[in-house]
Amino acid sequence: MLSTEEQAVVGTVADWVDREVRPVVRDMEHANTYPDKLIEQMKEMGIYGLAIPEPWGEAPVSMPCYALVTAELSRGWMSLAGAMGGHTVVAKLLLAFGTREQQDRYLPKMATGEIRATMALTEPGGGSDLQAITTRARRDGDSYVVSGAKTWITNARRSRLIALLCKTDPDARPRYKGVSILLVEHGPGLTVSKDLPKLGYKGVESCELMFEDYRAPGDAVLGGVEGRGFAQMMKGLETGRIQVASRALGVARAAFDDALAYAQQRESFGKAIWKHQSVGNYLADSATKITAARQLILYAAERFDAGQRCDMEAGMAKLFASEIAMQVALDAVRVHGGYGYSTEYDVERYFRDAPLMIVGEGTNEIQRNVIAAQLVKRGGLDRG
Amino acid sequence: MNIVVLVKQVPDTYSERTLRAADGILDRAATDPVLDEINERAVEAALQLTEAHGGEVTVVCMGPASAADSIRKALSMGADRAVHLSDDALAGSCAVQTARALAQVIGGLDHVDLVLAGNGASDGRVSAVPAMVADVLDLPALTHARQITVDGTTVTVRRETDRGAVGLTAELPALISVSEKINEPRYPSFKGIMAAKKKPVTQPSIAAAGIAAAEAGLASALTTVTSVVPRPPKSAGQKLTDDGDGGAQIAVYLAAQKLI
Repeated sequence: MLSTEEQAVVGTVADWVDREVRPVVRDMEHANTYPDKLIEQMKEMGIYGLAIPEPWGEAPVSMPCYALVTAELSRGWMSLAGAMGGHTVVAKLLLAFGTREQQDRYLPKMATGEIRATMALTEPGGGSDLQAITTRARRDGDSYVVSGAKTWITNARRSRLIALLCKTDPDARPRYKGVSILLVEHGPGLTVSKDLPKLGYKGVESCELMFEDYRAPGDAVLGGVEGRGFAQMMKGLETGRIQVASRALGVARAAFDDALAYAQQRESFGKAIWKHQSVGNYLADSATKITAARQLILYAAERFDAGQRCDMEAGMAKLFASEIAMQVALDAVRVHGGYGYSTEYDVERYFRDAPLMIVGEGTNEIQRNVIAAQLVKRGGLDRG
Repeated sequence: MNIVVLVKQVPDTYSERTLRAADGILDRAATDPVLDEINERAVEAALQLTEAHGGEVTVVCMGPASAADSIRKALSMGADRAVHLSDDALAGSCAVQTARALAQVIGGLDHVDLVLAGNGASDGRVSAVPAMVADVLDLPALTHARQITVDGTTVTVRRETDRGAVGLTAELPALISVSEKINEPRYPSFKGIMAAKKKPVTQPSIAAAGIAAAEAGLASALTTVTSVVPRPPKSAGQKLTDDGDGGAQIAVYLAAQKLI
């Protein structure tokens, strides 16, 4: 399905993960080390330009290829996939909705990774109900004055560009018409908190952003027109959900690969443990779930590239892939027995990383709401 | 400076490799073919030299049609063009036949300053082809290089083997084979992968390359595999029980092996 070149792109990332990431990831995880060297290598390969075409970038790939690259990174270390996910969403937002000036200003340097980008949606008071956000951008002469707070912003400190979801008109009805995306950079009035402590997803920082009379230029609104931010971000989140689903696929794959290898090498009662039906069943079920998740992700990714609406499909992929990643990670712990609970093995990390994809990028409860609403709106599933 | 890099597609070093029972030839169908890692290092060395001194890198490969994947990898890393000598008549060629064929191809290229190769492929392990190519082309052979320096038309390498390190100097054109210590090869960038699609790969027939069909392939090879025996499994070794005299027992064992 992928072209020869795109297969080579995925294969290069897979080789890189095996040679450069897997040998060092356990130490970096437990020391909570920011992966400077790995991120630099990711920039050199072109990971940050995967979504950026000419004239700003040089090597864009299809959404299925992007999904499989993300899964490979995550197979090595989910945090690496987290260090490029929001960046890609912001790149897609700029491509789809940015003014030419905004595209020219940011995309060339984003393609090389010189400028990294993140998006800021969730607030301390709520994440899922995006229309209820309280961060406010008030027009004042030639600029906007921003006040409010955002939280769980990954790569907050290292991203020069932040796509900030905020209210430019808090009185608008319906509420979404008052939402805009502001392209903001670090400056006076924007404070980044210390790193938030997390169960997993180590190495890369997640922080709170505090805006207090922060001034953004008047041309910082994505696309130049206020009130379109909600629809823009809904489109951006299609990419985001495919990305998070792919991260889950990578974690599940890593857990399964480790379990399959261990089950052939470890013996009990005089035979390799995979030959015990109870253990073999875990392997069979895990591989089946992973194969299904991969197909769902590729289905959503192909619809995205075909220009079809894919919020429901991306939601299904994200819901299913994240739920099975948790199951596969737990089953990998079971297959490893006591070693599965040891921090000297990798499987405990998969078990701590998997829940992020369940609660992140729209909780799975929200995904189900989206899917149900779309099913009713579209009159059920397609016959095709 | 214009550099030719000799590359070979080999079975994945990290997989189990077997010989075919019938003719003792490597079973290539049983494993994934990859570009030999030592060739990635040779390509890297060539790219570093052309980045510093200008010029172009041409990849030369003799191998079956599937070797196109390995050639593409070298082009993705940054080589400029490739020649893929591929003909069923070449199958089963010995080291001398291979060296003669490669020399024919290199001889047909314009203005070659330097030929780079790995010091030995990870499959056959004959490790003679680079020196043989140099002999056929009448080039100085600077083998087992872990460092290459070019100054004008003079090339200097540091050869490092199990027996020690030696400095070698020659005038260009020359042939250099590189060791595993020469560098860490780069990963292809996605831009490089996309660009490789458009780079020229010529596929001359053996006739066009000037190779006589009668001299090519297994039937006229100078070496023949007469029999194949699998390496015996590792023996279990000898267990010593340490009753407080473990150190002395080990010393007795090592002395008996004439190791101390």
